[in-house]
Amino acid sequence: MASNTYFSLVVLFIGALGFGLAPLALAWLWAHAFSPAKPNALKNAIYECGLVSKGDAWVQFRSAYYLYAIIFLIFDVEAVFLLPFAVAFTGLGAAACAAMLVFVLMLIEGLAWAWAKGVLTWA
Amino acid sequence: MVDEGLKIELGKQGVFVTTIEELYNWGRRSSVWPMNFGLACCAIEMIATTMARYDLARFGAEVFRPSPRQADLMIISGTVTKKMAPQVVRLYNQMAEPRYAIAMGACAISGGPFKQGYNVLKGIDRYIPIDVHIPGCPPRPEALLQAFMTLQKKIDAQPLTGADRPRFLDAEAQGEFPVPAPGEHDLEPTSNKGVWPIPVVIR
Repeated sequence: MASNTYFSLVVLFIGALGFGLAPLALAWLWAHAFSPAKPNALKNAIYECGLVSKGDAWVQFRSAYYLYAIIFLIFDVEAVFLLPFAVAFTGLGAAACAAMLVFVLMLIEGLAWAWAKGVLTWA
Repeated sequence: MVDEGLKIELGKQGVFVTTIEELYNWGRRSSVWPMNFGLACCAIEMIATTMARYDLARFGAEVFRPSPRQADLMIISGTVTKKMAPQVVRLYNQMAEPRYAIAMGACAISGGPFKQGYNVLKGIDRYIPIDVHIPGCPPRPEALLQAFMTLQKKIDAQPLTGADRPRFLDAEAQGEFPVPAPGEHDLEPTSNKGVWPIPVVIR
């Protein structure tokens, strides 16, 4: 196993994971075993810059932000998926091209929607 | 604790000895994150302390957290009015323990030059326990740095067990400091019992 080309990478990966998780585990252990929990009504109250908060902090998410999600999908996620496709383009068959076309057409539909809604113009 | 001479001898041989208490307090004092909190002129000096010339970040106050849950230290800089006092106490209560408070400037300590004002709270340590007081009007950035270092020394000296362990390790110690309510002429109560000893005036 040690002669495997990816062995050192796995070791480093486990080390990186441990580096991140070990302080969290130590903190949890400390809080669990040593530090006393002291919750009270004032400490757990909702933060509103020192004022008394009216009602719950779990407000409803505004669905009007969906447009930003669509634009992000088109311009960021699609680009990320197109890059490896472009690199491996000459080695792929027709089926792969068809599958990619379906993916690109779905996102072009989103782009057409955003364009028609007028969100792509500056003014 | 390990004997100092023994520590040095071992150190010469390349062996490093420490205790959990030392490590824990070293970690805590080297990363005290203040809260975004400033009231008046002392806040300008506090801002100057965080800027390039008197950089507070090199002492561990890397970022000023906007949320009290993520902050360790509250630097009460500026005059505390009676209108603002309940908010200050509520924010202090919302901070997660271990938490510390520095009263910066004469106004936060005792009302300062505006003590005779009808709306001025004569010192924030009437309601919340203050760890370090910085005199000055306003104190220079170097004074705030020294107060920060004093707080670091105080944190370093806190034991983990025993009778004089700090508030956050003591389940019976006071964790909730009552928030004053605005009354007709003054805040009610005028001070928190246990935090501020009402001075007995002997005439």
